[in-house]
Amino acid sequence: MPDLSIDFAGIKSPNPFWLGSAPPTNSGDQIMRAFDEGWGGAVWKTLGNPIVNVSSRLGAVDYSGSKMLGLNNIELITDRPLEVNLREMTEVKKRYPDHAVIASLMVETREEWDELIKRSEDTGCDGLELNFGCPHGMCERGMGSAVGQEPRVLEELVHWVMETASIPVIVKLTPNIGDITEPGLAACKAGADAISLINTVQSLIGVDLDLLVPLPRVADGSTHGGYCGPAVKPIALRMVGVLARDPRINIPLSGIGGISDWRDAAEFIALGAGSVQVATAVMHHGFRIVRDMIDGLDNYLAEKKMKSVNELVGKAVPGFKEWGELDLNYHVVAEIDDNSCIGCQLCVVACHDGAHQCIHQPGVAAVPGHVAPMAEIAATRASRSAAEPYRVPWVDETECVGCNLCSLVCPVDGCITMAERRRYPEKETWNERVASGGAEIPGGIKDLPPRS
Amino acid sequence: MTGGMSNKYQLPRVRLENDLVAKYPAYDAGEALSEAARCLYCYDAPCTVACPTSIDIPEFIRRIATENVVGAADTILTANLLGASCARVCPVEVLCEGSCVYTGWGRKPIEIGRLQRYATDNGAGDVSFDKQPPTGFSVGLVGAGPASLACAGRLALLGHGAVIYEKSDIPGGLNATGIAPYKMQAPGAIEEAEFVESLGVSIETGVAIGEDITPEELLEKHDAIFLGVGLGGDSSLEVRGGDADGVIGAVEWIRGLKTGDTMSVHHVKSAAVIGGGNTALDAARELAQLGVEEVRLLYRRTVDRMPGYSHELAGARRDSVIVVTDTLVEEVVVEDGKAVALKLVRADNGQPTGENTGILPVDLVVVATGQARMRDLIESFPSVEVDGKGHIVTDPASGVTGNRLIFAGGDACNGGKEVVNAVDEGQRAARAIHELLIPGKQKESA
Ligand SMILES: Cc1cc2nc3c(=O)[nH]c(=O)nc-3n(C[C@H](O)[C@H](O)[C@H](O)COP(=O)(O)OP(=O)(O)OC[C@H]3O[C@@H](n4cnc5c(N)ncnc54)[C@H](O)[C@@H]3O)c2cc1C
Ligand SMILES: Cc1cc2nc3c(=O)[nH]c(=O)nc-3n(C[C@H](O)[C@H](O)[C@H](O)COP(=O)(O)O)c2cc1C
Ligand code: SF4
Ligand code: SF4
Ligand code: SF4
Repeated sequence: MPDLSIDFAGIKSPNPFWLGSAPPTNSGDQIMRAFDEGWGGAVWKTLGNPIVNVSSRLGAVDYSGSKMLGLNNIELITDRPLEVNLREMTEVKKRYPDHAVIASLMVETREEWDELIKRSEDTGCDGLELNFGCPHGMCERGMGSAVGQEPRVLEELVHWVMETASIPVIVKLTPNIGDITEPGLAACKAGADAISLINTVQSLIGVDLDLLVPLPRVADGSTHGGYCGPAVKPIALRMVGVLARDPRINIPLSGIGGISDWRDAAEFIALGAGSVQVATAVMHHGFRIVRDMIDGLDNYLAEKKMKSVNELVGKAVPGFKEWGELDLNYHVVAEIDDNSCIGCQLCVVACHDGAHQCIHQPGVAAVPGHVAPMAEIAATRASRSAAEPYRVPWVDETECVGCNLCSLVCPVDGCITMAERRRYPEKETWNERVASGGAEIPGGIKDLPPRS
Repeated sequence: MTGGMSNKYQLPRVRLENDLVAKYPAYDAGEALSEAARCLYCYDAPCTVACPTSIDIPEFIRRIATENVVGAADTILTANLLGASCARVCPVEVLCEGSCVYTGWGRKPIEIGRLQRYATDNGAGDVSFDKQPPTGFSVGLVGAGPASLACAGRLALLGHGAVIYEKSDIPGGLNATGIAPYKMQAPGAIEEAEFVESLGVSIETGVAIGEDITPEELLEKHDAIFLGVGLGGDSSLEVRGGDADGVIGAVEWIRGLKTGDTMSVHHVKSAAVIGGGNTALDAARELAQLGVEEVRLLYRRTVDRMPGYSHELAGARRDSVIVVTDTLVEEVVVEDGKAVALKLVRADNGQPTGENTGILPVDLVVVATGQARMRDLIESFPSVEVDGKGHIVTDPASGVTGNRLIFAGGDACNGGKEVVNAVDEGQRAARAIHELLIPGKQKESA
């Protein structure tokens, strides 16, 4: 059985699956139940000075009958007294010495930071996470993402913390920024032990079309909130990958954002995350999802003949490149498997209206300006089953740009595959072309005829 | 289509059809949304091709999915004015759902009929129809079945006067009196006829053309005529004892079940239904579902020759109907004027072999061997012809008969298909009549 245990910047955990700082980590009772279920660690719901919350607080995007594709919240940090939280944290740590308990913190002044760090360390917790990410409510008070969006302020604050803290410090970043490497570098420079990302993405979840009030509605209005859940995974994945491949950022990363199952987790780990954190998926389905996360990751690692999850960390990072480093001579074309095609023609309409007009219905006459002997191919196809209407479309390979769209819309698994048709055997990248002075492509502004 | 009672057209409150429970419950909103989400929104969709009225099925299903139910109903009714009853009565297994790409893929097809019912139940009331200003023309329609209703509704929307003459006391034709109650009960069809009236159509019930009004009078009163008279009465059982008490035509028996107040099957322990078409299968299933212990379907050929749908045959078997093939009735045994048993003989390819196969005791014999044609009535209209099978001869695209002022559609022309075919033919005729009355205007109005 592969070894799932990790040592994340000095924080030991039986597996890489942690609960992110959010409602599932509101209380010691919840966290202990989560540990019993199999979670390796938990980042406590952010501690700070007491706040008030509003109701309602959550809103969601449902898609095609699936609930909570994306979740939005306008909740602030913990609304429970600090003393209660700290007491429970002590208790949890005492009962679960081998699990990772991390205190998430957010306060304003240096004195407050110093005090809260010491109080947190007194509980015996394993690490601290600095919440510089909350994009609503707290930032308007100069905390949360107000810090995360100002690399210099962030650096200074992390400095203060590092002077006081004696346990590992994780800096949690906001995605609501142009270049994620800036706060990432600032955290590194200030001596942080690790970075976690992402916090939620600023969002407005919707508008109640009857009342014409934004959602989630609080009496007569709403406010922007933070977006999370499956919808944000691609955003988070990119940001984790960008930090992972940056040689200047040499501290561990904890991946967060839209992780719902072992596959999501494995992707984050392969892109450089040493641990992963989950919030929305647990809010949706409960702590029990971790059972399959553990089992699935186990099976995957075994299948890939990896002895430990640490072998997977960063495995996909070398493949995460800049556009200019991609091989221009690699080329694929769509291929339809006649036997699995069900004739829905979704690929036809997608390619015609949304791509490059090269999938055709059988028997359809040639499109003007099209180069292939379409009518002939169509005729052979259509004649193959005179008995029943033959609806399998065909791909004009000479025109296919290999964009993938048809294979993405096709409802039948494996029906459309992208077949490799290299243009040239040797690899050539755009950067190489530029370097060799051959990057000019005809058909640009220079080649326009004179204006009349 | 709530199945509520009409104020204008009276049906007995207690009808035997009430005892037959609906085949499917109506969808609630969540169910409709999730089923709609499963639809692939096919391009050049085969389900639409299979629909005789070419309803843009992916479009209306998408509208359900976006919670635009009124728009969904609009899409349906634009193509098929009787979309509400079609949603319930269409044999979707051999039409849209049978052609759904999921079916070919070996998966459960989209439940198009139920989605259509959801859309029409919940959205049709709010659809606003584009009604043309009055043209001053008037069209007379014979029979208030689906063919005439669809034709008249379209004509009214195009601005023409449309008067339907119906010999029975209730409108709807076989849609009211023939449809298996677990698909739709009589009030559903009547409610739909009232919806057609709300578009500006008038229906005069209790008026038989040929008796109360002559074809000549009709032609004088109206600028064009549409014949939607359907088929005639049940064929009778031409054997000794075939006219005894307890032997009844299937269409008549079903009409009693649906609209009568004296029907009961309490006394029936053993029933025989003679025939192998859909009417026979319906009658047999209805009897079985009403609790008749032994229901036999007696058919003169083999199962694979049965004209009824295989899904209905499978349903009949699920309902415990005993299917007896290669069998003919030689005689009805009568006691005190009442049928008590059937003398059966083996048939070969539908023809009697003379080999006796026994005596079957029965309390009820339902004869479903076809409906007569209304040759006399039809031929009393000048220049209107019927073919050898008794079907009105028309141009299929327009429904025009040998008389350029007279059009026809529905069972009377096609020999007995489905409600949706009658609707299609009625709507085609409406377009052709419009073209006749206002030449060159057909494109502007749709
Ligand atoms: C038992 C049975 C079950 C069926 N089940 C289904 C089903 O589940 N699904 C389906 O799609 N189809 C079904 N059908 C077929 C469907 O009912 C018919 O195809 C459809 O009703 C035909 O419509 P129509 O308008 O042509 O004729 P009809 O519905 O027969 O209407 C004709 C009307 O004309 C009237 N009429 C006749 N002569 C005169 C006259 N001289 N003066 C005035 N009025 C006159 C009649 O009273 C009648 O109301 C079934 C048919 C039967 C018999
Ligand atoms: C209701 C709610 C409250 C949250 N509160 C906090 C918080 O107090 N501190 C914090 O660092 N992140 C908070 N988050 C952000 C999550 O920890 C996490 O970064 C984000 O939800 C993305 O992960 P996910 O897609 O798995 O939910 C909150 C998220 C939600 C949904
Ligand atoms: S890969 Fe893109 S261009 Fe090629 S057939 Fe598919 S949709 Fe069209
Ligand atoms: S999308 Fe797939 S199943 Fe549908 S027609 Fe195209 S190849 Fe066939
Ligand atoms: S064929 Fe089936 S999946 Fe495709 S549009 Fe029609 S109902 Fe939807």
